[in-house]
Amino acid sequence: MAHDATLMAADGTLTAADGSLAAAGVQDGGGGWQTVVNDWSSDKQTFRVPWGKAMMWIFLLSDTFIFTCFLTSYMKVRISTPVPWPNPSEVFALEIFGIHMPLILIAIMTFVLITSSGTMALAVNYGYRGDRGRASALMLVTAAFGAVFVGMQAFEWTKLIIDEGVRPWGNPMGAEQFGASFFMITGFHGMHVSAGVIYLVIVAMKVLRGDYERGGGNYEIVEIAGLYWHFVDLVWVFIFAFFYLW
Amino acid sequence: MAQAMTSDAHGQSGAHQQHPLKIYFVIWALLFVFSAASYMTDFLEHGFLRWGLILLFMLLKAGFIVAVFMHMAWERLALIWAILGPPVVLLVLIGLMVIEGDYTLLTRLDFFSEPIAPAGHTAEAH
Repeated sequence: MAHDATLMAADGTLTAADGSLAAAGVQDGGGGWQTVVNDWSSDKQTFRVPWGKAMMWIFLLSDTFIFTCFLTSYMKVRISTPVPWPNPSEVFALEIFGIHMPLILIAIMTFVLITSSGTMALAVNYGYRGDRGRASALMLVTAAFGAVFVGMQAFEWTKLIIDEGVRPWGNPMGAEQFGASFFMITGFHGMHVSAGVIYLVIVAMKVLRGDYERGGGNYEIVEIAGLYWHFVDLVWVFIFAFFYLW
Repeated sequence: MAQAMTSDAHGQSGAHQQHPLKIYFVIWALLFVFSAASYMTDFLEHGFLRWGLILLFMLLKAGFIVAVFMHMAWERLALIWAILGPPVVLLVLIGLMVIEGDYTLLTRLDFFSEPIAPAGHTAEAH
């Protein structure tokens, strides 16, 4: 009897020790790869972030594949054409106040998009502080910069189509694939910016109206919208490097 | 990475991404500097220096946007690897397409160029 009791006590202690060990493992698991193993194992929730954020990341991952396919196809046609590729530095040059400036419009567009990324990062921060006024105002500023970007892109496209005669099937400057690559890549990116502007305005209005106060003041939606917006900026970094500068 | 570990230890991950505003302003300024620098590469001659600098500034900008603006530096490793791991296979696609592109170029040069006739012969001799 006494022996049994001891055994049970020992068992009990063992279980308790196991339990606390498992609990500790779930808490931080010692860092590094151990956290990956812990998060992916034992039939439980893998990503300890809000589901909306996890799904936005997975959407952005799929978008990464789409944009990489576009940029890779551009790379492939540029490598394989025996005709000289038009020099983007000259194609996108502008005369401003009589000064010839190579690639200047694209540089300004880049700065506009980076500025919008900065205001978006601030909006996320103020959202989590529960400062609805500042968060929505900064999101609207971000959307305004996005609209400016799309406007400049419309100007760029108009100049290229009307003045320079660039078409998806040919252009006067060189390799025919230039137009197809340009319109497809920048068009798809511009569509992303336009969708982002609409998305940001909708979320900003909902934040301003206090829609998220009902859920206990949860402003992770601002961060999720921010993830999308920063991704659009991220894609532009690669387009700027590979299409305009290369 | 060190910061990711720290936030893990404090059990903050999965909670709100709340960081001092200063870090956003610093990264913002850096992105402006790198953008200006990458624009300046346009004034360089085409060559390995130019291409290297374009790639360097591109990777720095992309890295800072993902790590800080998108808060990836403070997320748990399970999410980091699930998102940043799969794009690595795209490098294989890019590598394959470089080989394929070179092959297509050589094929085109072979088929579309003027036939090189030996001295004393004309193209009609074929």
